Amino acid sequence: MDRAEKTGLTFAIILLLVFFSLIVYAAKGLKIDIPTCVTDVEPFQEGKLIKHGEKRYELHILARMWFFDFNKGATEIKIPAGSTVDIFVTSKDVVHGVHIQGTDFNIMAIPGTVGYMRVKFEKPGVYHVVCHEFCGVGHHAMQGKIIVE
Amino acid sequence: MQVSNAIKFIILTEIVFPTLLLVFGIYHGVMQVLYRAGVIKAESFLGIDYYQGLTLHGVINVIVFTTIFIVGFSNAIVMYALKKPLREKVQWIALGMMVIGTMMAAWAMFTGRATVLYTFYPPLIAHWTFYLGAVLLVLGSLVPFFFDWIPSAIEWKRENPDQKLPLAVFGTFVNFILWTIMIVPVAVEILFQLLPLSLGLVDEINPLLARTLFWFFGHPVVYFWLLPAYVALYTILPKIVSEKGKLYSDPAARLAFILFLIFSLPVGLHHQFTDPGITNTWKLIHALFTFGVALPSMITAFTVAASLEYSVKAEHPELKNSKFYWWTFLPYMRLEGNKWMFSYFFAGLVLFFFGGITGIVNASYNVNLVVHNTAYVPGHFHTTVGGLVLLVFFAMALYMVSKLRGTEVKFKGLAVLAPYFWMQGMFMFSYAMMVGGVITGFPRRTNTGLTYLNPDSPLYRPEWVGYAQLSVVGGVLLGIGFLFFFISLMATLFAPKVRESVVEFPFAEAYHDAPAPMLNNLKTWTVATIILAVLSYIPPLYDASVRGVFFKSPAYIEKYPMPLKQLQGSEKNTQEKELSKAEKEVAQR
Ligand code: HEM
Ligand SMILES: [Cu+2]
Ligand SMILES: [Cu+2]
Repeated sequence: MDRAEKTGLTFAIILLLVFFSLIVYAAKGLKIDIPTCVTDVEPFQEGKLIKHGEKRYELHILARMWFFDFNKGATEIKIPAGSTVDIFVTSKDVVHGVHIQGTDFNIMAIPGTVGYMRVKFEKPGVYHVVCHEFCGVGHHAMQGKIIVE
Repeated sequence: MQVSNAIKFIILTEIVFPTLLLVFGIYHGVMQVLYRAGVIKAESFLGIDYYQGLTLHGVINVIVFTTIFIVGFSNAIVMYALKKPLREKVQWIALGMMVIGTMMAAWAMFTGRATVLYTFYPPLIAHWTFYLGAVLLVLGSLVPFFFDWIPSAIEWKRENPDQKLPLAVFGTFVNFILWTIMIVPVAVEILFQLLPLSLGLVDEINPLLARTLFWFFGHPVVYFWLLPAYVALYTILPKIVSEKGKLYSDPAARLAFILFLIFSLPVGLHHQFTDPGITNTWKLIHALFTFGVALPSMITAFTVAASLEYSVKAEHPELKNSKFYWWTFLPYMRLEGNKWMFSYFFAGLVLFFFGGITGIVNASYNVNLVVHNTAYVPGHFHTTVGGLVLLVFFAMALYMVSKLRGTEVKFKGLAVLAPYFWMQGMFMFSYAMMVGGVITGFPRRTNTGLTYLNPDSPLYRPEWVGYAQLSVVGGVLLGIGFLFFFISLMATLFAPKVRESVVEFPFAEAYHDAPAPMLNNLKTWTVATIILAVLSYIPPLYDASVRGVFFKSPAYIEKYPMPLKQLQGSEKNTQEKELSKAEKEVAQR
């Protein structure tokens, strides 16, 4: 190896290590983490919005061909701005994707499993939820809305 | 090197047959941008449904075209580098398996029995011919490696005991070792999960386990596509730039290949960051290894740039002290000799620069939440597999066809322009898809023209219009680029013969070389690779089969929101009802 090669290699390794450390810092330090393995909540059969307190909610999203059931069949829900929502996701049939646009909430809905993430809705407005995994002929109309006011 | 007629026919088929299929794949690529932008507002066009076409686009472009072409290219590389003729019987069997497999899967897709996209995630299920076809294609592609190249390499080694395997063969072997290993998990998924479900032998499937096995294959497969292009970058590109061109460093190239071997497999979870049911620690470890696999690409970037510089300066000694000016002496648009090929490599490398950076974004664990399954993802990989890989394959296809047929490359002007149209189109297309995906959440795998990009629909999302329209412009330029290449390829194929049919490549020697016995010990590296891959997959496979999954799922097809079994049951019921009704009517008469 000549000198230029060694310098290049060292630089590349350092660059990658810096990137990776920043990710770990964001995940563990800033708590921006991805969905993990949930073993204490069984997959549910119906969407549900439960109010636990002032601006504290629990939302069970049931993804199914071809709509999101947010609350007993409703594809739109309203919550006050500043709410913290614990969101659980599962699928009734095939694999779907749940992306609450404008947030980091992005989870696959896989039948037989439950995904979880917490979202704080600060800004009022309409948050579009779009299914982004192919789930059959109605896929391009599979969406919902979370209205924050 | 001369070839027998049979081998000539086989290699030509392995180039031309997948390229003809690609015509359809690319056709549907162009259709997709039109559908997505709402230029075509329909479920289907000319009898092919959007998602059926998307399945064809994905399967043809990245499973069929790549696999068969790579076998053809590697056949020629190994044969020429070792100077050993290929074994005809073995090659016929391989070609037969690959073609029959492709036909089976194509039948299922064209008749609408396999609209499951190229990732075939259960519990959506396809006709069994789709899965069996895929298995045949993949197994057929392994036949030459085990029954032709390895025996030839052993012979070669006996004749040349103190030489190391030629770099081109070394890279090809690393690639096929990797290919062999990665096929195991996906074969398990298909043979033990999907095929039995599709045949109705079992009623239920674990979809998360299937996804995990799929991505155990699905990430390394992108390196199976990439490494043949790297073989060409290392061994052929310098010689195209100049007659005196050399590869900057042979050991660095081998190091890159070995790093690819080791780090390509324990990374599949980076496609499943947003999947429930798998513990985050394993996902983070796979993210770390993914950064490891970025390293050999960075080494390659260095070596390729250094080789270009060496090769230009070897021909132009007056540039000896130039730092950047030598870049202007590269044969960007030249027709003489083999120089026309440079445009393909150059456009491919430029695209791959962006592909590499955007790939690191995908791999970045929590950052992935912003891009996962948005249009960003296809935006990214059209600059990798649809950029460098495809363009290098195009150059090699055109070059090999002219050598094998003994013809001149026809319409060289079009052939040289093609990659630049492709590059410009891809810039626009990928920019639109990536920025639209990140900023506004524009989704992938969606016929958006019917709903989100349809002003008459209540679901209309005006913020996506601009991105979708830009992707149409890009898509059309891409289509033109492909057309230019295809005209040149067909004209070259059918041109009058002016030379003998041969297989040959303009291989470059290395400027820095060393024996590096450690790097060349492929057996040891293979064992290490398998151990690391297995270890990295034991915990996630445990999560996906035991811890994170509560129950299995019945099969579905894409048309009905109810399980297939139930559907068949109710169909039977209605049929029986109709039957008994008819009987009654007959009796009444
Ligand atoms: C004219 C050229 C091309 C155009 C306009 C094009 C366009 C597209 C579009 C718009 C999508 C996204 C569709 C969606 O997610 O709804 C897509 C997906 C895809 N493309 Fe292309 N493409 C082209 C060429 C290629 C090539 C050459 C390759 C590979 C060699 C390729 C591989 C893929 C793959 C693997 C997917 C993902 C399919 C899926 O999500 O299931 N494309 N293409
Ligand atoms: Cu869906
Ligand atoms: Cu990957």
